[in-house]
Amino acid sequence: MNEKDLILDIKDLKTYFETNEGLVKAVDGISYNVRNKEILGVVGESGSGKSVTALSIMQLVPQPVGTIVGGKIKYYQNGNEIDITSLKPRSKEMRKLRGNEIAMIFQDPMTALNPVYTIGNQIIEVIKLHQKVNKKEAKELAINMLDRVGISSPKQRFDEYPHQFSGGMLQRAMIAMALSCNPKFLIADEPTTALDVTIEAQILQLMKELQEEMGMAIQLITHDLGVIGEVADRVVVMYTGTLVEKASTDEIFYNAKHPYTKGLLKSLPKIGEKKRLNPIEGSPPEMNNLPEGCYFAPRCPERHDKCIKEPEVFQISEGHTVKCWLYE
Amino acid sequence: MKAIQLNVGSMNERRTLNLSSNDLILKVDNLKKHFPIKKGVLRRVVGHVKAVDGIDFFIKEGETVGLVGESGCGKSTVGKCIVRLLELTDGKVLFKKDGKLVDIAKANKSEMKEIRRQVQIIFQDPYSSLDPKMSVQSIVSEPLKIQNIGNRQSRKEKVIKLLDSVGLSKSQLKRKPHEFSGGQRQRIGIARSLAFNPDLIVCDEPVSALDVSVQAQVLNLLEDLQEEFNLTYLFIAHDLSVVEHISDRIIVMYLGKIVEMTESDKLYGNPLHPYTEALLKAIPVSDPRSLKVRQPLEGSVPSPSNPPEGCNFHTRCSYMKKKCIEEEPELIETKPNHYVACHYAKELNLEEYHT
Repeated sequence: MNEKDLILDIKDLKTYFETNEGLVKAVDGISYNVRNKEILGVVGESGSGKSVTALSIMQLVPQPVGTIVGGKIKYYQNGNEIDITSLKPRSKEMRKLRGNEIAMIFQDPMTALNPVYTIGNQIIEVIKLHQKVNKKEAKELAINMLDRVGISSPKQRFDEYPHQFSGGMLQRAMIAMALSCNPKFLIADEPTTALDVTIEAQILQLMKELQEEMGMAIQLITHDLGVIGEVADRVVVMYTGTLVEKASTDEIFYNAKHPYTKGLLKSLPKIGEKKRLNPIEGSPPEMNNLPEGCYFAPRCPERHDKCIKEPEVFQISEGHTVKCWLYE
Repeated sequence: MKAIQLNVGSMNERRTLNLSSNDLILKVDNLKKHFPIKKGVLRRVVGHVKAVDGIDFFIKEGETVGLVGESGCGKSTVGKCIVRLLELTDGKVLFKKDGKLVDIAKANKSEMKEIRRQVQIIFQDPYSSLDPKMSVQSIVSEPLKIQNIGNRQSRKEKVIKLLDSVGLSKSQLKRKPHEFSGGQRQRIGIARSLAFNPDLIVCDEPVSALDVSVQAQVLNLLEDLQEEFNLTYLFIAHDLSVVEHISDRIIVMYLGKIVEMTESDKLYGNPLHPYTEALLKAIPVSDPRSLKVRQPLEGSVPSPSNPPEGCNFHTRCSYMKKKCIEEEPELIETKPNHYVACHYAKELNLEEYHT
C-alpha cells in the first residue's frame, strides 16, 4: 500500500497508567493505520483500550497517571508527516492539530457539552480558536453547521442550552462542533451507544453523508458489531490492550480467524433464529492482573499448549492479520 | 373456565376477551402514571408528564413478554408500577395470588410484603442497584431477612444455593460489589431477585449495560432459570434483537401507550402498526454483504407532557391521514391475538422484517 493513502499510522503504541492497584497497560503495543477517506471500525469490550487509543492520538491521555511510554503515531497532513508522540500535549503544534485537523466525538453527549453555555457559544469557541474570523462570521458558520447536521430552526436552537436538546439532537450538535473546522480525520468514540435504535440510524446515516461530502477519514470506536457491519470499511478488534485481529469488514464477518472475534460474532442474538446463544465463557481479565502469554487463553475454546507464550501476529491474506498461535 | 373481561383501549369501550383466568399471572387494567410538573416558589403543579397513559395488557403463566419502545416511552415506568415502586395514578395491576387475582395497587403494607415474595425486579444498572458497602452475602440474604425467613445459618445456605444457580461460587460470599465485573454484578442482582422463588420477575433492561459476550451469558442464564424455577418474565428492553430472542409475546409502546401487542413471530413477520414497521426498519444491518438499507425513523419522540392530538404517532408517521390528527385510535384485536392501535391497521400493507 502506498504511504500517500494514509492519514494515520500507529506503530507499536503503548499507553500505560500508574494506578493504586499497580501498572495498567491500557494499550500495549498496537499497530494499525487509517487510510484517507475510509471508515475504520475499532471493536472491543469495555476495558479493551479502544478509548485510550483514541485519547493517545489526540494527546489527551489523563496526566499525570497516564503516559504514552512507547511507539509512534504518525499523522499525514497534506503529505507532510507529523509525529504526534513527539509533540507535547499543550504545545502549539498539537493545539493546531487537535480540533482542527483531528476532531473527536465523545460517547455521552450529555456530559461532553458544558451545561452552562449555549450550544452556539460552544461551537463558536472551536471556530474562533482555529480560524481567523470575527464573531459574526463565526456565528454564521456555526448556524450553517447546525443546519447541515439536520437541526431544524438552527438560528433559534443556537441560543439554547444543552438541557433543552434531546439526546439525538445533542449528538448532532456534537458532530456539528467536531466538523466545524473541516477536519481531515474524525474519531467517533461510541457515538451512538447512548441512543435509541431509531436515533442511532439517523446519526450513522448523517455521519456517512458528511464523510462522503467532506472527504474525511473516520475512526469509529464501538462495541456493537452491528454498527461496524453497517458502516465500516475495515475493522480492528481489540482485547485487553492488544490488537487481536485486523481485516476488511467483509473478512471479519465471513472469515473471522481469532477465537475472540468468532466468539463476539456468535454472541449476537439474530432475529429469526431462536436458538441458544453461544457466548464466550468467563469475563475479561483484570487489567492489573493479566494472565501469562495470550490474554484471551483463559476464555478461549481453542487454547492449546503454545498459548502460554505471547502469540505473534500472523498474516492470513492481504490486509488480514491475526494475533493467535493457531495460524502459525 | 371463566371468561374474564379485559379492558382494551379507551375507558368507554370495553371488549371481552376469552381468556381462561387460570392462565393469567398478571393483568394490567388502564394503568396510568402521571408525574406532576411543579414550578415557582410555591411548587404549583403546572402540568403533568403522562409517562404511562392508560394501558392494558396481560401476562400468562410461564411466558416471557417483551416490552419495547424508545427511551421516554414509559416502559420502565410500567415495570416500576407493577412491583409498586411507584404508586399508580389510576388503574389496576391484578396479580394472581393463591388462585385469585388481587390488585397490587390497592394492597396494604402487610399484603404488599407478601406479594413482594412473588413479584420481583431486576434493574438495568448493576453498578447502582447494589449497595457498595454490603457483601454479596448480605445483599442476597437481605430480602430473606426482611421477610423473617429462616435463621442466619439457613439463610446462608440459601444464599450459597442461589449464587450457585447464577454461576457464582461460595468463595465469593464475603466480597463487595466493586470486586465483581458488570456481568457478575448482574448475576448478583438476579440471585437476589430469586431469593423467594418468585413467580413473576420484571427485568428492566437487564442486559443493556453489559458487553456483548457477557450479555449473551446473562440471556442464557435467564432462560435456564426460567425453565428451572418456572418463572414468568416481563422483559423490558430497547434492543429489538435481544427482545426477539427471549420473548414469546411483545408489547410495543410509544409515548405512554401500547401501539401493538402480539406474538414475537407475528410482530416481526407481520407488523400492523407503522411505528413497529419503522422500528424494524431501523434495526442495524450488520451483514456487510446485505443489500438492505437501514431506514431511520425521522424526528424524535414528542414530549410526554404535551403529546400530539389524535394518534400519538401521527407527527412521525409516513402513512398519516386526516383522521389520525383528529381521532385517537384504540387498541383493537385486529387479527387473533394481535392487538393494534391504528385506524388503518387493516388497510396498510406494512413491510415485515427480513435479514
